[in-house]
Amino acid sequence: MTQSFRLPEGGLIDRGRRLGFRFDGRDYMGCAGDTLASALLANGVHLVGRSYKYHRPRGILSAGAEEPNALIQLGEGARVEPNQRATQIELFDGLRASSQNRWPSLNFDIGAVNNRLSRFLPAGFYYKTFMWPASFWMKYEYIVRHAAGLGEAPRERDPDHYDKTFAYCDVLVVGAGATGLAAALAAGRSGARVILAEQDSVLGGSLWSGSGETIDGEPASDWIAAARTELEAMEEVTILTRTLAYGYFDHNFMALVERVTDHLGGEAGALPRQRLWKLRAKQVVLATGAIERPLVFADNDRPGIMLADACRTYVNRYAVRPGKRAVVFTNNESGHLAALDMAAAGIEVAAIVDLREDPMGPASERAEAAGLRVVPGSAVIGTRGDRRVRQVQIARLNAEGTQALAAGETLDCDLLAMSGGWNPSLHLFSQSRGKVRFDAGLGCFVPGASAQAERSAGACNGTFGLNDCLAQGFAAGQQAAKDSGVKSGRKSAAAPRAQNHDFLPARWCWEVPSDKPAGRAGKAFVDFQNDVTVNDLKLALREGYESIEHVKRYTATGMGTDQGKTGNVNAIGIVAQIQGREIPDVGVTTFRPPYTPVTFGVFAGRDVDGLLDPARKTPIHPWHEQAGAVFEDVGQWKRPWYFPKAGETMHQAVNREVKAARDSLGIMDATTLGKIDIQGKDAAEFLNRVYTNAWAKLAVGRCRYGLMLNEAGMVMDDGVTSRLGDAHYLMTTTTGNAAPVLAHLEEYLQTEWPDLDVHMTSVTDQFATVTIAGPNARALLAELAGDMDLSSESLPHMSIRDGRVAGIEARIARISFTGEMSYEINVPASCGLALWQALMTAGAKYGITPYGTEAMHVLRAEKGFIIVGQETDGSVTPIDLGMDWIVSKKKKDFIGKRSLTRPDMIKTDRKQLVGLLTDDPKEVLPEGAHLVEGAVSQTPVPMLGHVTSSYESPNLGRSIALAMIKGGRARMGQSLQAPLANGKTVACTVTGPVFLDPEGTRLND
Amino acid sequence: MLVIPCPHCGPRCEIEFSYGGQAHITRPEDPAAIDDETWADYVFMRDNTKGVFLERWVHAHGCRQWFNVARHTVTYEILASYETGAKPPKLDFETQV
Ligand SMILES: [Zn+2]
Repeated sequence: MTQSFRLPEGGLIDRGRRLGFRFDGRDYMGCAGDTLASALLANGVHLVGRSYKYHRPRGILSAGAEEPNALIQLGEGARVEPNQRATQIELFDGLRASSQNRWPSLNFDIGAVNNRLSRFLPAGFYYKTFMWPASFWMKYEYIVRHAAGLGEAPRERDPDHYDKTFAYCDVLVVGAGATGLAAALAAGRSGARVILAEQDSVLGGSLWSGSGETIDGEPASDWIAAARTELEAMEEVTILTRTLAYGYFDHNFMALVERVTDHLGGEAGALPRQRLWKLRAKQVVLATGAIERPLVFADNDRPGIMLADACRTYVNRYAVRPGKRAVVFTNNESGHLAALDMAAAGIEVAAIVDLREDPMGPASERAEAAGLRVVPGSAVIGTRGDRRVRQVQIARLNAEGTQALAAGETLDCDLLAMSGGWNPSLHLFSQSRGKVRFDAGLGCFVPGASAQAERSAGACNGTFGLNDCLAQGFAAGQQAAKDSGVKSGRKSAAAPRAQNHDFLPARWCWEVPSDKPAGRAGKAFVDFQNDVTVNDLKLALREGYESIEHVKRYTATGMGTDQGKTGNVNAIGIVAQIQGREIPDVGVTTFRPPYTPVTFGVFAGRDVDGLLDPARKTPIHPWHEQAGAVFEDVGQWKRPWYFPKAGETMHQAVNREVKAARDSLGIMDATTLGKIDIQGKDAAEFLNRVYTNAWAKLAVGRCRYGLMLNEAGMVMDDGVTSRLGDAHYLMTTTTGNAAPVLAHLEEYLQTEWPDLDVHMTSVTDQFATVTIAGPNARALLAELAGDMDLSSESLPHMSIRDGRVAGIEARIARISFTGEMSYEINVPASCGLALWQALMTAGAKYGITPYGTEAMHVLRAEKGFIIVGQETDGSVTPIDLGMDWIVSKKKKDFIGKRSLTRPDMIKTDRKQLVGLLTDDPKEVLPEGAHLVEGAVSQTPVPMLGHVTSSYESPNLGRSIALAMIKGGRARMGQSLQAPLANGKTVACTVTGPVFLDPEGTRLND
Repeated sequence: MLVIPCPHCGPRCEIEFSYGGQAHITRPEDPAAIDDETWADYVFMRDNTKGVFLERWVHAHGCRQWFNVARHTVTYEILASYETGAKPPKLDFETQV
């Protein structure tokens, strides 16, 4: 295809670098420097999408971030990205894009029937229709999701990578138009560390949209180039192009996203696709410019209806004629500027329809002098054209501008350029919690009081003349540098100078009058992206939504990715007009980040896969892997769950492991248990305060089990602590709680008991721990522990000794979580694997069997030992667990003690730990099953509690379960029912929680 | 994201810290001696201040020290930070609101 709308010369494009691209399956050519939008327009393509709700044909409206219509599905396959603004997509060779929200094709769209049915799809339609019954939503949702909505999310994994970086500066300047460049120059010259962030690929902003501007007597393009050269030469200045400041957060924290390689297309290679800048600035200068406002009239959304300044941008920056014959519709001077530039580019300007009775101003005078036809005191009241505007209807207005007199002439055209005034881009200012105020003269909101160390300058501050922008930007940069604490010895040159071209005077007309009664004319759109019309706003008000915030939510005006860039002020103006209020009284809605959408990948950065949540592996992990262990995640740890042999099911493997530990010898990797080394002369007193039981009398070389409560009296952790020396203890915690327990201890030590002489450090990673359990555990250890005396006299249950095992320096604790004779052997982490291998080799004669967490759970459940987080859930006390034996009555105080006597804690109907035996010994209750009394007819059935642990016990030859049951200890022998989700009810009987060896003879032989 | 001045390390990003709720709540000296309501107040009840709030933070990914901060809950301005156990600095709590 030829670029038949490309101008022969001018523009910021490189005609020598032609780029091929494909849109909706058709191939086109563009030039380096194009956006997808300008390249499409150069090929005469205006229709680029269907609207969100009514599926109306839509074209390119703007030339920037405010684009509400030209939302594009960019790329293919895994690299596809929805909702990209064609006006901001830099063209590259081989670019592939397609339109959105149309089916089966852009030219013929079935959803467009919504447009005909629009009487039945008013604002709030979804709320009204789907409110009741709830089950209908399921059906509707399917239809709605297909009929309304934006692009499609990629279905494949993102193949690109993203980076994140932190940065700090004295002055951040957002926006590198004339104002921002002046600010950066002033701040940079004062020696401040400056970051200048510009979302565009080039510096200069709207200077490229105009024609014939000069700054300090030079053409604007030369001034931009000189400014860039000067800034680049400054060591403390960083220029970030293609970098969007999308969010302004507390304490001058700014989030920016840099598009590093998007514009190159294809593979990003070694570079990231995008980079997230987390920036802290001492001072911020916002120079974010302004966005032109559409006019609100019937059928103002046809392809070929564009913002006037966008037309100017396409002509001057991209050397593209957006049409052949244009009508300009304006209420201010900007429309005339666009008309002049379009006429100069060879576009026939049929007429400038001006809402003002008597257009006066420098641009309108020039337009008149150029012989352009100006139709004053008139409005466009309707348009025709299916997939492109082809005719506009104009009418004279009454003197007040409140009514259209009878429809006047019609004008043929393929382009309607409109200007309804300007909106300063207040998004970042508003995100910073700055308060905006309405400026009646400018007809827009401008920044009011700042909430943070920030100042706005230029068009975003309601300053529109170029000379004023330069002066204000320069002063802002200077002041920001000074306020950031930079002491400048250098004398800065004066601010750059230029001519002012204001867009005023203007005539505000929020809803352009029509010759037809309300509802009879075509749709007058206020918010293009969300398909909100004037009638939707009126309906919302009629239905009683008076606050602008409610109107916003009911109609969706200003929501979504658009955040009201083109529509907000018109909506507020129209609401004010209908309510007969002043705009400041109606107020403004809040802008939320991001300014334009940011892809998820950039938030993830490198934190994906193994780097998202690092897996912790014990030193023995390689052995487990080789043995074919199946792992389970416990916190960040990978723990062997069970070790299946060839052909074994999980059930068979676990049963074999459980039997081996009871009958002969099991071995388990217990390295993951949290270990905290506690030292200091008050360590015993400290343990006394953090555990429920007494610690003062624990002898050196002995171990004790402890239960730790929070201040509310609830169990938070348990574990064995050993006394290694007079003032030296080793605490173990559950695997998942190691860090929270250390934090809990540190908190109390620092904030409540700073007088205690206690020091702690985590030693979890420093030791590897191997548990051997079973009747042959002592025999095996004796073989490897040299002449160490392992008799119960020398090393009784719950004691600890230093020694050597298989030649490795070790701490050997005789502790049991299985109810079997059991030793925990702690060695330096680096020796863990060697110890394991030595034990495996020497243990072969006993059939030593590695067991995983599942077998460990069965073994401990047979003994009725709790697991914190399984039997407990943060609302369980030691009394509930039947563990009063470990709660000291003599100690005056410990964390949580006082709470145990609160009225709610001593109720007899609290849930208590019991055992459950199913009547059918083969039946294994599902964990989490609820329990009720038998034959209950009332509903809802009173729930008595739930199953916390449930297993098949190969040692007992039947199933066993633990449960938390209301008043459970008073229900021994009672029969209960567990109604399951599948409709089946399992009968069971309440028992004590200890199923095996209640006397503990296996431990203490 | 706030900048929090750790009294031991200096100003650092909020991501290095964990929040600890209201400051200057002292654990009762003799819990057994107080009634249920007073104890429940200590364990569960906290102020919900609009204005300057004295609160605890811990430099979890730094020096691991607890300290106190005076922060305005509307503007998020941090007016002071000081060590645990120290008295709060003199601040005009009324006019800050
Ligand atoms: Zn610190």
